[in-house]
Amino acid sequence: MSASVLYDTPGPKAVLRNRIYAVVGSLAILALLAVSVVRLSDKGHLAPEMWDIFNYSGIRQNIADALVATLKAFGLAAIGSLILGVVLAVGRLSDHKPVRWAATTFIELFRSIPLLITIYAVWVGFLTDYSMWALALGLSVYNGCVQAEVLRAGINSVPRGQSEAAYALGMSKTQVMAGVLIPQAVRAMLPTIISQLVVTLKDTSLGFIILYPELLQTARLIASNTQVNGQYPYVSTITVIGAIYISMCLLLSALATWIEKRGRRARKGAPLTAAGQQVPGAGTLETLNAPAPPRGDDNPHG
Amino acid sequence: MNVLLDNFPEFRDGFIGTVSITAVSSVIALVLGVALAGFRVSPVPPLRFFGTAWVTLLRNTPLTLLFLIFFFVVPEILFPGMSPFLLGALALGFYTSSFVCEAVRSGINTVPLGQAEAARSIGMSFAQTLRIVVLPQATRTVIPPLSSIFIALTKNSAIAGAFSVAELFGWQKLMSDRGYNITPVFIWVALGYLVVTFVISGLFRLLERRMEVAR
Repeated sequence: MSASVLYDTPGPKAVLRNRIYAVVGSLAILALLAVSVVRLSDKGHLAPEMWDIFNYSGIRQNIADALVATLKAFGLAAIGSLILGVVLAVGRLSDHKPVRWAATTFIELFRSIPLLITIYAVWVGFLTDYSMWALALGLSVYNGCVQAEVLRAGINSVPRGQSEAAYALGMSKTQVMAGVLIPQAVRAMLPTIISQLVVTLKDTSLGFIILYPELLQTARLIASNTQVNGQYPYVSTITVIGAIYISMCLLLSALATWIEKRGRRARKGAPLTAAGQQVPGAGTLETLNAPAPPRGDDNPHG
Repeated sequence: MNVLLDNFPEFRDGFIGTVSITAVSSVIALVLGVALAGFRVSPVPPLRFFGTAWVTLLRNTPLTLLFLIFFFVVPEILFPGMSPFLLGALALGFYTSSFVCEAVRSGINTVPLGQAEAARSIGMSFAQTLRIVVLPQATRTVIPPLSSIFIALTKNSAIAGAFSVAELFGWQKLMSDRGYNITPVFIWVALGYLVVTFVISGLFRLLERRMEVAR
């Protein structure tokens, strides 16, 4: 992307200046990194023995167990939040005032309370011995509220003609929701839904505060229980666990980006060819193939 | 009611703690975030790369892990014995800065192309274009997303309580350790957070109205 909005293709003087900035900038960043590394290795945090602990099968087993525990909590929370999201979104769009009102209150309340507060209250309140379920329940409630709002935005973005046509065919409200609106809303909102799942995955790390043995809690246990050279291997465990977390989240984010790109391609491609072959007046097919999501697409020069 | 009245000094300290850590880390996040957004749109490739790497890394790291890094690794690099409040505020600010950066960057992208072109054609440099023409206009579009980012920051500050910073989650923990029933404790803590988030969204609505310009 040579033609940015903010600067011209640089001339000879600007090229020189940019090169100077580039060198100075890289040097500054490298210096920061170097200082950190030197300071850490001075204190013995980067000694080979510190990294040797990952060669013990016990510690490897611990990390593997913790990974499974994290994924378990994430899976439960993902399923729970998606189900709750659909229920709450449908509740918010209900024709009955009390239902609408209850769903709105629930969403607004739990969305504005810190997740940690909810998880802790659930754990202390009635699931003290089942920290996994406390974590999954807390995550489901919070993320369910967020997913409900995402779905609602998606449902509202489906062109009105869609539900009008469905009602005209004699479908009931339930049929319109389940058969026409929600599938289109999910398709339009899939990238956002997956991004929220990334947030859910990151938030499983809150389990360490209620002593659920997930990755972060295990990292802390490993670091505070194994002493190497009279020091606790915080730096090496945090590096390893951090790498695991970041790669898991990046994989999920990559999935979201891929789906978004695919959706965009379909939206650009499908209506064109369809319009070329359709008889005039069959325009509904276009919108069917191409739901317009209310995403941040208002950016004209990405 | 008893929980609150009997333990009011602790609750007050917790509330003040939440407000002050939110305020301090908001400032850190705002300054860092705007600077990073400038990096990300700048004509200098290494700075662009640094900005992108920063955002990608921090957005995919759980905040709790970041807290762990700031409490156990950063003091080793800087000076030992930094206060938990400062470390917590830094962790929160760094984490949030990546979100601020993305909001500002998308705000910059909504400024019409002609504005930057005009600025360039009268001979402004990149920094001048950004500072005098683009950023002031981007501010308006950035305010609503910033509002939700800072509300999220307030909620995230609860994690600091688990790392021995005095704030509202710490109070919740303390009360449940003292054997109080969790339900009233939960309600009071929730109310405390609601007050802070309402104030933030109110402030931003005010700001939005004041910066409103007919385009």
